[in-house]
Amino acid sequence: MALVEIKNLRKTFGKLEVIKDVSLTVEQGDIVAIIGRSGSGKSTLLRCINGLEDIQGGSITVGGRDVSAKMAGLKEYRQRVGIVFQQFNLFPHMNVLKNVTLAPILTGKIKKPQARKLAEDSLTTVGLLDKIEAWPEQLSGGQQQRVAIARCLAMKPELMLFDEVTSALDPELVGEVLKVMEDMARQGMTMILVTHEMNFARNVANKVVFMHHGRIWEQGHPDQMLGDPQTPELQAFISSSRT
Amino acid sequence: MLNFRPLWRYEDAFIEGILTTLELALIAGLAGLALGLVCALVLGRGNRAANLLIRSYIEIIRNTPPVLQIFIIFFVLPRIGLRFPPFEAAAVALTLYFGAFVTEIIRSGLDSIPKAQVEAGHCLGLAGWQVFAHVVLMPAMRNIYPSLTSQFILLLLGTSIASFISAEELFHTAAVVDSRTFRSFEVYALISGIYVLMVIAFRLLFFAIGRLAFRWPVAR
Ligand SMILES: Nc1ncnc2c1ncn2[C@@H]1O[C@H](COP(=O)(O)OP(=O)(O)OP(=O)(O)O)[C@@H](O)[C@H]1O
Ligand SMILES: [Mg+2]
Repeated sequence: MALVEIKNLRKTFGKLEVIKDVSLTVEQGDIVAIIGRSGSGKSTLLRCINGLEDIQGGSITVGGRDVSAKMAGLKEYRQRVGIVFQQFNLFPHMNVLKNVTLAPILTGKIKKPQARKLAEDSLTTVGLLDKIEAWPEQLSGGQQQRVAIARCLAMKPELMLFDEVTSALDPELVGEVLKVMEDMARQGMTMILVTHEMNFARNVANKVVFMHHGRIWEQGHPDQMLGDPQTPELQAFISSSRT
Repeated sequence: MLNFRPLWRYEDAFIEGILTTLELALIAGLAGLALGLVCALVLGRGNRAANLLIRSYIEIIRNTPPVLQIFIIFFVLPRIGLRFPPFEAAAVALTLYFGAFVTEIIRSGLDSIPKAQVEAGHCLGLAGWQVFAHVVLMPAMRNIYPSLTSQFILLLLGTSIASFISAEELFHTAAVVDSRTFRSFEVYALISGIYVLMVIAFRLLFFAIGRLAFRWPVAR
């Protein structure tokens, strides 16, 4: 069975229909890249998957369970699904170690004595073991974003959601974050990511989804989607993002 | 000629007055802090009736003289069967007074924390109270620490209005000693000095606590 099953999803903000009849299947181990113009509903789709927005129609099933913002057990569900945003949102008053171990400790995933080991493992994955005692404020944007990823990894999620995680970074810091995500992909993590990095989508994703006006306009294998787009909208999007 | 000597026999009374003043300030300070925290949290939940109640309380306190508030509690409430001795009446009045201002301060502190921080906490699977206690509280406290401590200093000085209902704090003691010794200048100079020293002591204490509690670097 697919890990994520979205069927006929509808989401509105008041009168504005932001997601219109979206259906999407994500298998275990899939790397799905969502692309599309600003305002096409990419972030909203991710937020729905994480139960951050209530939905007006259709269904989202993750690991066989229906997901909604009002579901019982939303907390436990979120402990199994990591999400990283454009803004890193590290907790400024905790050092890196505490940022990474806060949730595993508070949710009872591990005991305090094992917390440091867990943090070391997660930070090693993102290449920041040496920053374990640093304050967020002392880190570069790229480093902060990698800590944010490590913070999710420490929860041992089954699914990771990334929303334009490199968009707020200086160009020279983008690579280090993408590399971490590539490593995670190679380890078999299931990931859904919204990105403007076409090369990353082409090289790492096994599925690309093009959203347009709240719909999935086109989806398929990255080579086909980016190399031989079918719809004029995707063609226009790709040629505009190449510049 | 200045002559402080006649005041010496009243040393014990002054010490008693200082202690009562400190006691009043600390009791009203802590109780008001708790009251303000609860009110601020309830305000955040957006229940209409509760909000109206708390808003009215705040507006009444902020728009009437503190002396009037203390009078109402001491002289008017007994009419409906609520009788307090002077110290207790003063403590209640000052708690209500401090709590109203603290509510506003804490509310602004909670509002100063970006929604994204709260969301990040929820996304990690934390419960609502855990997000509040671990994610929101400390940064919010840091943001409001200067106004909160200044408000406490105002409370400390404001305990002097308890003398209006003869609670035996420092200012009341001074008035009594003045009426016995007729050394007004010396008496009030002395307690001015004492108030200043108390304020300085608290400011130093708050500075030290702030240094210890808020160590993380912040963006400038
Ligand atoms: N909380 C909200 N209230 C009202 N409208 C919203 C809200 N969040 C998003 N929208 C609207 O929904 C639409 C889709 O927004 P969304 O953030 O999902 O787009 P996006 O594809 O992620 O765009 P971008 O590439 O700029 O991040 C936009 O028109 C946006 O204005
Ligand atoms: Mg977006």
